[in-house]
Amino acid sequence: MKTTIIDYGAGNIQSIQFALARLGNEARLSADPDEIRSSDKVIFPGVGEASSAMNKLRATGLDQLIPALNQPVLGICLGMQLMCQSSEEGNTKGLGIFNTDVLRFSDEGKVPQVGWNTIEGFSSDLFAGISENEFMYSVHSFYAPISEDTVAISQYGISYSVALQKNNFYGVQFHPEKSSTAGSKLLQNFLEL
Amino acid sequence: MLTKRIIPCLDIKDGRTVKGVNFVDLRDAGDPIELATIYAKEGADELVFLDISATEERRKTLAELVKRIAEQLDIPFTVGGGISKVEDVTILLRNGADKVSVNSAAVKRPDLINELVAQFGSQCIVIAIDAKQVDDDWKVHLVGGKVPTEISLWDWAKEVEKRGAGEILFTSMDHDGTKNGFANEALAKLNELVNIPVIASGGAGTMDHFANTFLQGKSDAALAASVFHFKEIEIVELKQNLKEQGIPVRI
Repeated sequence: MKTTIIDYGAGNIQSIQFALARLGNEARLSADPDEIRSSDKVIFPGVGEASSAMNKLRATGLDQLIPALNQPVLGICLGMQLMCQSSEEGNTKGLGIFNTDVLRFSDEGKVPQVGWNTIEGFSSDLFAGISENEFMYSVHSFYAPISEDTVAISQYGISYSVALQKNNFYGVQFHPEKSSTAGSKLLQNFLEL
Repeated sequence: MLTKRIIPCLDIKDGRTVKGVNFVDLRDAGDPIELATIYAKEGADELVFLDISATEERRKTLAELVKRIAEQLDIPFTVGGGISKVEDVTILLRNGADKVSVNSAAVKRPDLINELVAQFGSQCIVIAIDAKQVDDDWKVHLVGGKVPTEISLWDWAKEVEKRGAGEILFTSMDHDGTKNGFANEALAKLNELVNIPVIASGGAGTMDHFANTFLQGKSDAALAASVFHFKEIEIVELKQNLKEQGIPVRI
């Protein structure tokens, strides 16, 4: 199976490659449109700031390519947020895949949220074999509110979407590649979709 | 619910762990990766690797080690020690470190924090602050606590938050190595003052010390070294103990 991790200069993507390697999957890092289109699975990572990440996507035409993909696509962290309509971070227009905007956490809790939070309310094959209230590791200041595309939630002062899905597009706010065995199970599930 | 984090810290010199470790099940007591993997299996939430080597080769050795750690470890880890430039951070993150911790260099040139945040994002920039109580106030110290400054802990903490740091790793030099508990009064004040996560460091001796720093110090995470390395506290038992006291932990 051919898996490609979209490499557009956004943060620590080697960890995802290493996590997939631990599952026996040799994913490639690439920004090449043909390479991405011809993959069985595509991972859309992202760490950093939304508007500069979107600028990088626009500069390379990836902003057009990603929403047009037909195979399973998994957005991780900022990747998931960029797949939404917009983000309050830098007033950024997103890829418009998920039908929700991304907002900043209010200052009721510490921002960023850093650490292991429980996830619940699963309604996607992505979570097959993962227990409700399992822990996943997240680091983020912005979140997607609950919407029609929500397939798992977490609490941080408020309830928010910790995972989204629409057709072949999946997104998780946490870092499965850093979430121990449960995260590894989720990546395995994605590879098996 | 977001849980409180338990973070073992490994001191690294020339690619090897330095502080003596007392793990009978370790094949190689100096191998950071073997130790890290064991901690991850036992339920550590994150790890910190603090590089204390002083050789010219240090950057290359550390970068190679970071890559090997990232290949094996499925929990987040932070790398610190002697980071003074944007390029240092680029190499460490590119090799798979999740976060870096910056200490003295940020005090000497605070703009470094802004530069790092602009380039890599707040989420991976941890500012380590070593402080000591001097005449009823807390003053920032440099070079592993050896060099005092006139900077107040409170002012500096506010400033690093304003400059975009994602977390503060606060070590009380008065408590470090004493095994008498964390600096919970200072931590409680710090946690009121800033709205970014604070990791407590220095003073862990018993399981109650961890509970106290979460309950009284309001800390978001607690870091310790020797109590874990010498198996005085087992992480599995510690987390069970914290859970029984109603403290949210990942088990």
